[in-house]
Amino acid sequence: MKRNIKINKGLDIHLKGSAFNLHHKVAPSLNYTVYPTDYPGLIPEVVVKDGDKIQAGTTLLYDKNAPSLKVVSPVSGTVLLVDRCEQRVLKDILIEADGKESFIDFGKKDVNELSGKTIKTTLAAAGILALFRQRPYDRIVNPEETPRDIFVSGFYSAPLHPDFDYVLKGQETDFQTGLDALAKLTDGKVYLGVRSQQQTDNIQNAEVMEFEGPHPAGNVGVQINHICPVNKGEVVWTVRPEDVLVIGRFFNKGSVDMTRLVALCGSEVNQSALGYYTLRLGQTVEPIVENSVTQNIPLRFISGNPLTGKRISASGSLRVGDPQITVIPEGDECFDFLGWARLVPAKVVDARVKGSRRAMILSEEWDKVFPMDILPDFLIRAIVANDVKKMEELGIYEVAPEDFALCEFVDTSKMELQQIVRQGLDTLYKEMI
Amino acid sequence: MKKFIRNQLDNLKPTFEPGGKLAMFYSVFEGMDSFLFVSNETGSETGTHIHASNDLKRAITLVIIALIPCVLFGMYNVGYHHFIAIGESAGFISSFFYGLLAVLPMLVVSYGVGLGIEFALAQWKGYKIQEGFWVSGMLIPMILPVETPLWMIGVATAFSVLICKAVFFRTGFNIWTPALITCAFLFFVYPSNAGGPLSYWDMFWGLIPGSVGETSKLCILIGAIILLATGIASWRTMVSVFAGGLLTAWIFNWINASPAMQISPLQHILLGGFAFGAVFMATDPVTSPRTRNGKYVFGFLTGLSAIVIRVLTGYPESMMFAILLMNLFTPLIDYCVVQTNVQQRLKRIKK
Repeated sequence: MKRNIKINKGLDIHLKGSAFNLHHKVAPSLNYTVYPTDYPGLIPEVVVKDGDKIQAGTTLLYDKNAPSLKVVSPVSGTVLLVDRCEQRVLKDILIEADGKESFIDFGKKDVNELSGKTIKTTLAAAGILALFRQRPYDRIVNPEETPRDIFVSGFYSAPLHPDFDYVLKGQETDFQTGLDALAKLTDGKVYLGVRSQQQTDNIQNAEVMEFEGPHPAGNVGVQINHICPVNKGEVVWTVRPEDVLVIGRFFNKGSVDMTRLVALCGSEVNQSALGYYTLRLGQTVEPIVENSVTQNIPLRFISGNPLTGKRISASGSLRVGDPQITVIPEGDECFDFLGWARLVPAKVVDARVKGSRRAMILSEEWDKVFPMDILPDFLIRAIVANDVKKMEELGIYEVAPEDFALCEFVDTSKMELQQIVRQGLDTLYKEMI
Repeated sequence: MKKFIRNQLDNLKPTFEPGGKLAMFYSVFEGMDSFLFVSNETGSETGTHIHASNDLKRAITLVIIALIPCVLFGMYNVGYHHFIAIGESAGFISSFFYGLLAVLPMLVVSYGVGLGIEFALAQWKGYKIQEGFWVSGMLIPMILPVETPLWMIGVATAFSVLICKAVFFRTGFNIWTPALITCAFLFFVYPSNAGGPLSYWDMFWGLIPGSVGETSKLCILIGAIILLATGIASWRTMVSVFAGGLLTAWIFNWINASPAMQISPLQHILLGGFAFGAVFMATDPVTSPRTRNGKYVFGFLTGLSAIVIRVLTGYPESMMFAILLMNLFTPLIDYCVVQTNVQQRLKRIKK
């Protein structure tokens, strides 16, 4: 039985340049970068060195706290450089693909015959478990734990979001296999959040929840809060829908296949180039954006959506958890003369902050776009004040930085709320262990 | 022209930056720069890449726009009553100009003193200059009678800026509405007189003696509509102030133990600074509660205490004290609302 949940608060930001439902084919790039910072909470111990020959699925690094949790290579080729910052902190690993597509064979498996424990260990060894996130703390999961429930948001709602139905087309079997595998990892349920128009009749082994309403309805945190909130002491896992496909392919094909259909969107992308591209995790986006964006003005390339994505360079790579590449004007050449006095603000959407940072002054701005039974004002205050007890009381266990993205967008005081929440979660995690 | 100003600012910038000759005046420079040009600063690597165009300057400008009808009408009203008092009849234009000349010095003094202190403090403490006083400077002359001597306005403004801003550092940290502190300070040296009996419509249109900006309820209504339409002020606070006031007045009517208790509810909300306070002062986001339910409580109690003070003390401008009093309870109200949220979460664990 489907349950229908209506989200009232929120904001749909309509930007120019949504991706059309077209699959463009572009000669793939051979350059890949793997960033350990894409796995929040992971302390990397690298096992490869410069010049090593690797295959898709070869372990690159593992987590020092949980050595069974691996991050693997998305492609076969050579390790070009294990790049470290000062004090030898790992920055990234550069890989050059050889185009041979050789992979480590983990063997096809029937999920229904495997135990939860085996599924978990194989996923961890294949570097797929590292793509999961847990609430509280919005960090990588602990392979020793069994989550209360697992949540998957089966649609996107952020600005310029891709259409997951389009991405899913032709991969329904893999998606179902992925859900079957997830169902074995928890004693509770697997919840799949969908829009009412999505076709879900054949979905098994998951509780389907329909969500109506504006962004952030597609944020898994909002869905958890409405379905079954996380209390102190409980742990739930969240998996992105594109990673459910990776799990499915892993069991159906026996190989780690991090390929995904990624939307290229944004106001500065040429009309003819708006659409979907096949990319692997970590693959550089250069061939895709090279000739398809506005020239001569400074641009901002974002891996992900304009609210929560990461800024990348024009030759940057696709990061973990991002189903889209967005290109918007940077706007830093623009000084708006008395811009604050204009009654109807300029409609250009660029990366400017558009104001000066101030103390928290106007109230209720955030409440209007924050559809959880949490008081965002007071939670942020507790985090800024480093008051661990207050943070707990006010529900920090349920939130992730992305849940505050809309608040950050509307904020008159221009505070960097996502970063504040990230710091709060990290502080709390350190206090708790 | 714009380019010229921008270039001049860019040329001057190094002088004011650390190490420059005038580095001690950086905050004045920064204030001017950000006043003339919205900064070209772009979002960070991982934060939100797009931002809405509403910054504090825009929000505060909207409040000032909402105040303009009251200011203009106030000027006309001052002139109108002046000519009545001297027994002459004068046209609209001359009345307005007389009022303009009477009110403008008040605005100049309040802005001059207030901004002067703000600039000096920002310089001294190394803060950025902030916009909070833009509204306070406008509100102060509005809630004072036009006969108030200018030096008193100056002293009172200085007092309020020091008490509200300097003690609590800057905009957003104060616990009282700055304009009301000015008014409260002056109250003890300059008590106002209650006028004679007035009709409802006189009180609504506002051609009556009183503080500069408070007389016309029509202009206040226009201001309220602007504030609510732009979402700057909270309708929760506004509506509940009026609800609290009307209900309390009605209860007093019912008790009916003294002549002051016979004033009808409608008359109460049209009288003195009640409406002005409800729309422009009680809704100050810094000094009123930040929680939704807290706003209902705050508003209702403000309306209630305004009427109680007015009826029991006979002082018509009671709104000021009511708001200042409730400002003090704001943290307590918020605390209670936040605790109910916390309790709900705790209850969920126990289940």
